Amino acid sequence: MATEILMPALSPTMEEGTLAKWLVAPGATVKSGQIIAEIETDKATMEFEAVDEGVIAQILVPEGTQGVKVNTPIAILAADGAVPEASRAEAAAKAAPAGGPAKAAPPAAIPAAPAAAPEIPPGTPMRSMTVREALREAMAEEMRADGRVFLMGEEVGEYQGAYKISQGLLDEFGARRVIDTPITEHGFAGLAVGAAFGGLRPIVEFMTFNFAMQAMDHIVNSAAKTLYMSGGQMGCPIVFRGPNGAAARVAAQHSQDYAAWYAQIPGLKVAMPYSAADAKGLLKTAIRDPNPVIFLENEILYGRSFEVPDLPDHTVPFGKARIWRVGTDLTIVSFGIGMSHALEAAEALAREGISAEVIDLRTLRPIDYDTLLASVRKTNRCITVEEGWPVGAIGNHLAAHIMQHAFDWLDAPVLNLTGKDVPMPYAANLEKLALITVAEIVAAAKSVCYR
Amino acid sequence: MATRKAATKSNTSPEELRRYYREMLMIRRFEEKAGQLYGMGLIGGFCHLYIGQEAVVVGLEAAAKPGDKRITSYRDHGHMLACGMDPKGVMAELTGRIGGYSKGKGGSMHMFSTERHFYGGHGIVGAQVPIGAGLAFADRYLGNDNVTFAYFGDGAANQGQVYETYNMAELWNLPVVFVIENNQYAMGTSVRRATKSPSLWERGAAYGIAGEAVDGMDVLAVKAAGEKAVAVCRAGEGPYILEVMTYRYRGHSMSDPAKYRTREEVQKMRDERDPIDHVREMLLAGGHATEDDLKAIDRDIKAIVNEAADFARESPEPGTAELWTDIYA
Repeated sequence: MATEILMPALSPTMEEGTLAKWLVAPGATVKSGQIIAEIETDKATMEFEAVDEGVIAQILVPEGTQGVKVNTPIAILAADGAVPEASRAEAAAKAAPAGGPAKAAPPAAIPAAPAAAPEIPPGTPMRSMTVREALREAMAEEMRADGRVFLMGEEVGEYQGAYKISQGLLDEFGARRVIDTPITEHGFAGLAVGAAFGGLRPIVEFMTFNFAMQAMDHIVNSAAKTLYMSGGQMGCPIVFRGPNGAAARVAAQHSQDYAAWYAQIPGLKVAMPYSAADAKGLLKTAIRDPNPVIFLENEILYGRSFEVPDLPDHTVPFGKARIWRVGTDLTIVSFGIGMSHALEAAEALAREGISAEVIDLRTLRPIDYDTLLASVRKTNRCITVEEGWPVGAIGNHLAAHIMQHAFDWLDAPVLNLTGKDVPMPYAANLEKLALITVAEIVAAAKSVCYR
Repeated sequence: MATRKAATKSNTSPEELRRYYREMLMIRRFEEKAGQLYGMGLIGGFCHLYIGQEAVVVGLEAAAKPGDKRITSYRDHGHMLACGMDPKGVMAELTGRIGGYSKGKGGSMHMFSTERHFYGGHGIVGAQVPIGAGLAFADRYLGNDNVTFAYFGDGAANQGQVYETYNMAELWNLPVVFVIENNQYAMGTSVRRATKSPSLWERGAAYGIAGEAVDGMDVLAVKAAGEKAVAVCRAGEGPYILEVMTYRYRGHSMSDPAKYRTREEVQKMRDERDPIDHVREMLLAGGHATEDDLKAIDRDIKAIVNEAADFARESPEPGTAELWTDIYA
């Protein structure tokens, strides 16, 4: 009797990985629990254990193969070493194409931005990199440039980052500047605020912003308000960064989008990038900013690749939206991972003859109202897209602002597309229902166009 | 509380003793004036007076050197005066005027002076503790020998973040002196009603932090303990905990009827343990000052406090444009 050994999912968001190394050869007898292969995810290299006992009859995916999809058969385990022909052929057919760069598949083809980011001059050389690499480069460049900048958080150093954002930084900058903390969010957030008061430029990594709720008092009361309370004497130059919002199947306590929470606080700045170019440019700007900056990343976006300006010092200003797609029929405004859905929806709408203009706000404090209003005055329709909850959403605020400043230009009510008003469920089907979908955006776009 | 020790003058001089007397008296007279202005409606909101606890900050400031930092809670007027901030600027902040340290935008609980290395003035109980450790972290990162005094009360000692901070401070040997000002009441809750820990400083042992209890009504005892704590921190062997046993004569804030303790308890403390009377007796008994000398100091202090009160009354309210300034640097 033969069993297929399948490519395992080794993290909540893993869709594919690299089969880095086989530790067994065909003919080898394996026991359950024995490490048989090393598999590289976008986060780490993991050891893969056999579940069943038997003999490795055949290796279906050679080591070094990149982009192996989860659940692809990678080997055949036979009780007696015999391999049925049918199983082998089937497995080979299902195997992922070998070779090629390990690139996360975008949800649909992300269209080449028809409207270039305003801060990138035409003719700028570009190179492809993941959001993860972009964030790492931003920190490394700023740490090289300013000795006061240091990184602090859980597992940022020796572990190389829970999501590998800080990989290699400990090696380059040493333990003085890349500081592993105990699991103590309230404490280290407060300590970092004190370090900022004391003249340093801390970058605080939260393993996820869900854990930053334990540190909320220091972010709001200590970091955001001190400049005002001190009559301008003393500010808090600090960056709080980490993944925000839903990953995949991590349920209610690990899936919250905090964009609207932080955007409410005067004294904070809030950035929420979508692309790698913006992740890099905005993070560099955040680290240089003399104010506390909340930098909301997204685990699902970490592995996505984008074109990033190949410049020694690429920065993106706060408060400047980016028009990703020029359109005439309606404006879709979003930020962060919402942009991924918005762009996909715009593509689908284009196929139906509806021309959507897609705006990425990029920062939520400050907000680029000018770009938004100019677009709405042109298209006369607007829908907002975000992952967070519907009550007190960023979209609510944008709708109010548009109503106050462009009421006469509107041909339809502004619609807010948000996550559902429920704690994030674990079940795969329910989780899909809770999140904003492309179909919902398309339907809303049609409704404001009365189509 | 420990019985009063015989006045040891080994760690001081007559000049210093006169200075401590003067500094403690300044805090007391300032606070009395603040209480008066509050009663007149010139100071609003919360106003937490330091009367009774003067020896704590004066004793510890005597152990500090230029460059050392301090941070505390909302009961902060004494700390500001003790580290050399201008009484006029402090009083004008209490009255919410442009001449205040925060241009009137912070108030009693939120004042700062980067010049005097005073980092607040924090209204959230216990929040100043990790921030204080962060100030010490910055000094250690920058490689100087400054020490931070992080003051908090017996009430804050039950906040979880204090222990998160102890853990990190010892892990990284931060040069911070944790000063627990144990005035025996967290608002209306006595220490005995809040914890069964026999002492608060001993909790540091769980994190490997050394410390001791100190008679906070004796400025020289506080100074001696402060010198020891500071030496430990400057040697790179911080942190250190001082639990300073003290007492506040007034209510938690101006609106506190103080029904949780007897008038007799307060009066007994005033009569028998007053930190200013203690130094006064030492000065007179030791022949280091005459009654006339002390009267001259009293007159001088009164003039400074009156001048601060006048300034705080006359300084204008912040201009309306100030509403929108200092939100972002």
